[in-house]
Amino acid sequence: MTVPDVLVIGAGPAGLAAARAARRRGASVTLLDSSDELGGQYWRHLPPQRPSEREAVLHHGWSAFTALREWLERSAGVTIIRQAYVWAIETREGRPGAVFVVVGEVDGEDRPQLVFEPGALILATGAYDRTLPFPGWDLPGVFTAGAAQALAKGERVAIGRRVVVAGAGPFLLPVAASLAATGSTVLGVYEANRTASLIAGWLPRPWQLLRAARKGGELAGYVRGHLRHRIPYRVGKAVIRADGTDRVETVTIASVDAAWSPLAGTEQTIAVDAVCVGHGFTPRLELAIAAGCALSDDDFVWVDERQQTSIPLVFAAGEVTGIGGVDLALAEGEIAGHLAAGGSIQDAALAPALAHRRTYRSFASRIENAHGVAGGWSEWLTPDTVVCRCEEVTYGVLCDAASATGGASLRSLKLSSRAGLGICQGRVCGRTIEDLIAKRAPGLAGGPGHSDAPVSSAADRVRTDRRPIAVPIRLGELAAEPTPLSSPSLSDRLRERHP
Amino acid sequence: MTSFRLPPCDDPVRPAEVPGIRIALDGRTVEGVDGQSIAGVILGSGILAWRTTSKNARPRGVFCGIGVCFDCLVEVNGARDVRACQRRARDGDVVTTQYDELPVRVRAAPFEEVPDDRA
Repeated sequence: MTVPDVLVIGAGPAGLAAARAARRRGASVTLLDSSDELGGQYWRHLPPQRPSEREAVLHHGWSAFTALREWLERSAGVTIIRQAYVWAIETREGRPGAVFVVVGEVDGEDRPQLVFEPGALILATGAYDRTLPFPGWDLPGVFTAGAAQALAKGERVAIGRRVVVAGAGPFLLPVAASLAATGSTVLGVYEANRTASLIAGWLPRPWQLLRAARKGGELAGYVRGHLRHRIPYRVGKAVIRADGTDRVETVTIASVDAAWSPLAGTEQTIAVDAVCVGHGFTPRLELAIAAGCALSDDDFVWVDERQQTSIPLVFAAGEVTGIGGVDLALAEGEIAGHLAAGGSIQDAALAPALAHRRTYRSFASRIENAHGVAGGWSEWLTPDTVVCRCEEVTYGVLCDAASATGGASLRSLKLSSRAGLGICQGRVCGRTIEDLIAKRAPGLAGGPGHSDAPVSSAADRVRTDRRPIAVPIRLGELAAEPTPLSSPSLSDRLRERHP
Repeated sequence: MTSFRLPPCDDPVRPAEVPGIRIALDGRTVEGVDGQSIAGVILGSGILAWRTTSKNARPRGVFCGIGVCFDCLVEVNGARDVRACQRRARDGDVVTTQYDELPVRVRAAPFEEVPDDRA
């Protein structure tokens, strides 16, 4: 059997592990990433222009990353293309479609275009912060938790001197740690879920935590750091509004019940320079949807035990298939790479990765149970709260449009209110709008499915996640002819890492 | 108080000396270091907002920081709609803030009859 050429999209933990595993099985591998640095959001780091002696202190698993990076950069059969923006994938029955890419500076002009026809495709596109709206979240000085993290780790820029971290999930802990290591005073970390739900999620099978000891160790490290920096960690509390004229000046924090409904009379206002908020993550689905992959009922890319999607020879790994953290992403990536290169799930070499995947998946589902978003948050919205940031559509306008269109369809709601139709293409507000509409008009936003099977095809299920052009490219580039991979001008640009 | 770049002497990662760069933001000189993004340079100098929204003329800066939200768009050396959080700054970059006003409405309502000026 011949080994297919493998194209990996995304060079975070899952993509790096996939590329290495595929190469080890003998495949010719091409690894694409939109950044000019490998590592993805998890290992976002200082560029080579800014060397430092102890960068590892900002990271978990830094040596695992540098080992992966060196291995891939040294391997003759691996082509790494940085600053590569995949803007479209053709849908084909039974195999991966053509992959269209522009290469060059982000949002640049006249970038060369490449087209790949891979034998196997691995999607490792990751996820980004989900941030629920609240009054004043559109003020400058309100950041996602991921923004605070990227600026701290990739730039050594702190978002403010006095900072509040809020939302839900274990990701708030490393963010607070990074802020403290970047010179911010973190006034508190506010987790919306209450002790009871955290205990219920974390404690039913405590021995599983031991098997996921590396993950437990990572979290324990943050807790030690928080104690050292005297960062208070409060549960059952949420930022319910931010105020200021042209920037955030204060935030209001309230206690919330188990459903995240704010409790009247518990509000407390704190003066801040900045607030960073994250309520979990949204997978980057557009390329998977374009490739024709089915989604699971919780809106991640559905994969089988081989990490293969509903399209043969299209694999997916990491956060795009479910939020599970770095160790799970590495295991899934290794499995996907091995299988994409023609390996079998029975191969002895794959046994450790399969065992890791089992352990970390169970850990991930417990984190989700403990830290998931509960529905009461919409009670902190006011009619003038911006819901869609791009088109500046308020909650009031959205509700009026929902009433006027009679809940006929999400499309008519979007067209009449313009919510989700701005330049971010609904990436920030899409899930929020679906949730708000589902509350007002159940049935409109899609029914529940079954998590063991692909419940839907891209065509009937996708709501706000369908984006025919996955990244913005300029019209001139759309019209241009693809550049052959061997073209000298392209290979110059590929060599030139930091133009 | 506002956003800032951590001075190398206070940084636990013990950074090496690196060359400074300068960019122009609407004609004003803003200083950063080599390898920073345009948004990093601007935030590092204490400026939180630069874009003005189309509908309500409200200030915006970085929100997502990873290229997803498009709040931080700027014009760089004449090219519009560049995500400041994703583009590395180069010494001498000319950065212009964007305020894209809504198009002027030529009709009062979507289905209103418009006089046919060919007549």
